[in-house]
Amino acid sequence: MDQIAPYQRRRQSLYGWMLAAPALILLTVFALIPTVTTLWASFYSKGTVRRPSAFNGLDNYTSLIHDPAFWTVVWNNALYAGITIPFSIAIALAMALWANASISLRGVVRGAYFTPTMLPMIAAANIWLFFYTPGLGVIDSITGLFGLPPVNWLGQPQTALWSVIVVTIWKEAGFFMIFYLAALQTIPPDLKEASAIEGAGRFTYARRVLIPLLMPTTAFVFINALINSVKLIDHLFILTKGGPNNATKLILYWIWEMAFAYFDRPHAAAMTVLILLFLGAVAIFQFRVLDKRIHYR
Amino acid sequence: MTSSAMTLRRPIRIAPLLDTAGAWLLALIWVAPLLFAIWASLTPSGQALNFSGEVRLTLENYRSAWDAAPWAIYFRNTLFLVTFTLIGQFIFCTLAGYAFARFDFFGREFVFVLVLLQLFILPEVLIVENYAMVSRLGLFDTIAGMGLPYIASAFGIFLLRQAFKSVPVELEEAARIEGCTWLGVLWRVYVPAAKPTYLAYALVSVATHWNNFLWPLIVTNSPDTRPVTVGLSLFGAPESGVNISTISAATVMVIAPLMIAFLIFQRQFVQAFLRVGIR
Repeated sequence: MDQIAPYQRRRQSLYGWMLAAPALILLTVFALIPTVTTLWASFYSKGTVRRPSAFNGLDNYTSLIHDPAFWTVVWNNALYAGITIPFSIAIALAMALWANASISLRGVVRGAYFTPTMLPMIAAANIWLFFYTPGLGVIDSITGLFGLPPVNWLGQPQTALWSVIVVTIWKEAGFFMIFYLAALQTIPPDLKEASAIEGAGRFTYARRVLIPLLMPTTAFVFINALINSVKLIDHLFILTKGGPNNATKLILYWIWEMAFAYFDRPHAAAMTVLILLFLGAVAIFQFRVLDKRIHYR
Repeated sequence: MTSSAMTLRRPIRIAPLLDTAGAWLLALIWVAPLLFAIWASLTPSGQALNFSGEVRLTLENYRSAWDAAPWAIYFRNTLFLVTFTLIGQFIFCTLAGYAFARFDFFGREFVFVLVLLQLFILPEVLIVENYAMVSRLGLFDTIAGMGLPYIASAFGIFLLRQAFKSVPVELEEAARIEGCTWLGVLWRVYVPAAKPTYLAYALVSVATHWNNFLWPLIVTNSPDTRPVTVGLSLFGAPESGVNISTISAATVMVIAPLMIAFLIFQRQFVQAFLRVGIR
């Protein structure tokens, strides 16, 4: 017995590693090594024909932070996240409550809310482009009926980012609805009856019972929305290309532009490291705080 | 279900009516952009905003959109990409999920946390170095180059691990007594038991990669590998001078396969996203 047990354990260990190996190798090649090389590249200057790239410490970071575009882009992304997250969560909750209520044509309504989720962001952007086209677009045609002047929604810094935000909310809300819908179906109807007997109206019920019970879902959706606010930039390629005058440039788009339009790999790497640090902080927050406080499983 | 219907009406009588009106209005607002795109794709160019009823609907836009770009090849590429990615994810995530669910190997917890970290360190953020990696491997402008970074999906590993963990160990022991090997147990016991998870993951994966854009944009360089999303972005570029109706037709063409699938399998799709989303 004493001889078989360690042998069994070693074999278990070996099989475990062998089964996990293919996935771990791919993860190493496409996640771990790129992370390390990003960090590495961020400490080196851009090589030219005459001067090969050399270690320059934190120079890339300091010049990045002194670039006015950096603060514009970070602020844009903060605003983008700060508006899209609460609005898409609120709309998603409303959608879920309606899609769960006993209304007629419920299936159709549910499908309508979810449809934008199934579209590629590029297609969504194409569709919205016709709404925003100055003068000829759908929005201007409607406001024109009331005698309002045409607006270049995507072409002026005051409205461009907001127009992009609207598209993102439209695209995301239906997706988040799904999670609320699932959570709502696990809430026993007795709770509603009990609170009705106690004399609580719908809003008291929503505030005191529903929203606290939905907290884990909200936390989950919030983390997803936060990651999406970094990731979702496809529509910028169609709608604004980050313009006008950087007004709609988001961090990932800026990284793409630095790396693939200006071939400035060191600064793209430095910016990537900063965003990885942010995402790492989100991960720690999720594992350490949310998973402890809110019981998911 | 019926009891919640009753209680809804209790507080105020007008409430259910308002609910229905609000729900419908929001639904209408939500599909309006899509309906408009379909409408615009069917009207002669320049007539998209003419709702007077005098417009004769036409399929001409679809013909000119189809002729203006190699769509057949783009669709083929997307199909290849989606299939390649899904099959790869199934194989790699099944093996890894099985390892993390049932094998007590040295360093398992630590490695699993590393895997989960990929839920946050997204392939999208690492585009620059992943591009360098794909070029180094000689996979630039190939289907494999587009699909590989997504194949060892942390999400897939996590999902399948959960599914495998819920399989009773007795089933495995029974199969073992029957003489099944480790891989035999995986294939005969665990994979069949996790069928719903596979289906859900497949739907989500197909939808995700059908719609993916940024990474394919970066690693493709020729019409022979470009997926439809990248094709559409080039097509819709304002410089190309194509009008609203034609772009609408192309857009509707690109989204049609997934949309039709969604309309037919709506329930399964929603269930799939639900199953995959709840952790």
